[in-house]
Amino acid sequence: MAYEPLLLRNIHREDSRSIDVYLAHGGYQGLRRALKETTPEAMVEEVKNSGLRGRGGAGFSTGMKWSFLPKGLEKPRYLCVNADESEPGTFKDRLLIEKDPHLVLEGTILSAWAIQSRTAFFYIRGEFYAGERIFRRAIEEARAHGFLGTNILGSGFDLEVIPYRGAGAYICGEETALLESLEGKRGLPRIKPPFPAIVGLYGCPTIINNVETLANVTLIAERGAAWYASIGRPKNTGPKLFCLSGHVKRPGVFEAPLGTPLLTLLNEHAGGMLHRDRPLKACVPGGSSMKVLPAERCDVLMDFDSLAAAGTMLGSAGGMVMDSSTCMVAALLNLAEFYEHESCGQCTPCREGTGWFTKILRRLEGGQGRAEDPDLLLDVARKVEGNTICPFGEAIAWPVQSYVTEFRSEFDAHVARKGCPLAVAARS
Amino acid sequence: MSLAAAIPVSSGTDRAIDALLTRFPRQGSALLPALYLIQDEQGWISEDSMAYVAGKIGVSPAFVVGVVSFYTMFHRRPVGRHHIQVCRTLSCMLRGGHEVMRHLESRLGIRKGETTPDGRFSLTFVECLGACDTAPCAQVNDEDVGPLDREKVDALLEILKGR
Repeated sequence: MAYEPLLLRNIHREDSRSIDVYLAHGGYQGLRRALKETTPEAMVEEVKNSGLRGRGGAGFSTGMKWSFLPKGLEKPRYLCVNADESEPGTFKDRLLIEKDPHLVLEGTILSAWAIQSRTAFFYIRGEFYAGERIFRRAIEEARAHGFLGTNILGSGFDLEVIPYRGAGAYICGEETALLESLEGKRGLPRIKPPFPAIVGLYGCPTIINNVETLANVTLIAERGAAWYASIGRPKNTGPKLFCLSGHVKRPGVFEAPLGTPLLTLLNEHAGGMLHRDRPLKACVPGGSSMKVLPAERCDVLMDFDSLAAAGTMLGSAGGMVMDSSTCMVAALLNLAEFYEHESCGQCTPCREGTGWFTKILRRLEGGQGRAEDPDLLLDVARKVEGNTICPFGEAIAWPVQSYVTEFRSEFDAHVARKGCPLAVAARS
Repeated sequence: MSLAAAIPVSSGTDRAIDALLTRFPRQGSALLPALYLIQDEQGWISEDSMAYVAGKIGVSPAFVVGVVSFYTMFHRRPVGRHHIQVCRTLSCMLRGGHEVMRHLESRLGIRKGETTPDGRFSLTFVECLGACDTAPCAQVNDEDVGPLDREKVDALLEILKGR
């Protein structure tokens, strides 16, 4: 592979998290140049022109998102870094935070400057103890070097970055739930509109960006939009971190251009299937909320538009690989239990629907399934999808729809044979 | 509640919470970090502590109970000295997370969700820890462990017994 890592260029260096190592390899040069040679408006344009799309899940244009901020500066503006990485199968932001926090922090400073925010929050999931300690230290180092604080590098720009720990709630990765949590409340998503760019944290204009998105902003500031846009595929530009876990030989985070084939990531980067005698059965390409692809449809390119065309989504690029030993009813039950536990309870379709899914799947797996159960699952999913305040409804409706539709015979067999034909029931 | 003697936390934690009140653009944001300070000191968050912190922040005790009960990392009862949290979600399940849990249950003589009578171990099944590359994984207090199997669980318990 001729590809030179960009996002992961530093992680293998000794003491990669220290600012000295980061500076020794060109760190904070992008920030220096941007503050000296360009303007915040030009930075927004540069990010727009790079084609960068958000790496948190939705894949929306980052520069476009920034430009939704109101023009005046009557109210303070806030940048919130979404480091609440909680989508099952996803562990890429954790790697960046723990191994190269300054790449993320430089992107945070650049982005805050671009949108003229003087206070940025780094909302990190509570379970990332090490990441939080490491990022706190990175903030102190950056301040000591004049990259944070007042009058950064003589530019007149002031910025404080405040770390904030979540406390165990998947829903807080949803951007408006994150804001509620940051305000010291239960993480219940807000009704949109108004969008956070207009009414966000403390009622002020707010931009929420994912960790990996901000790391990409650093790259764009270093080498420019045209260079960045030459990586990947049209409308799907730049490098990407792909996670692969489950039944692969080498689970991990792999960097490659957007548009890299899923099978290349699986067979080359992740070393292929875990067991020689158990072929690929299915793969969730984008984290547990995205639709599952059966093996015969896994010959896809891993980018936003290619996966949308294949009927699923890139999401958070948390690839979960399942081999022939996997019972798809058990796999879906596992996810239904996750979503039932994590539903914030605010909207009836989600709160009740996740309970229905769990109940029906438990009886299917336990041998008490009814002939109408697979259709009942689809019916409930239809009533959840599109009927909730936040995308959590889709996050469970999509897996239910795709597992049942793609593996229908397996669900029916659970009814006919009064239990799991694979008898791998690795559950308790 | 207003008597200084009735404060359910140490004076050091009390001062640290006071410092948090002006740390954020709005005082309300101090709640989660304040709850962490209390839990770091006491291991859990009692109703008295919730009422105390409600008074500090300027919200009702019921509001604080609502927040504490929403987040899984806040404990409303004491947990064991070693809190073992095993990941339950798909990538870990595919790699044997449920077997790891069963082995821990049999070794510790408790079921998931319980604490050993001597208060040394608590065992919890938790949702995705964001460490699927080390599946099946777990967290022991603030440390990540994984990938686990029966032998590694046995070795881990040996180490923890000495702590």
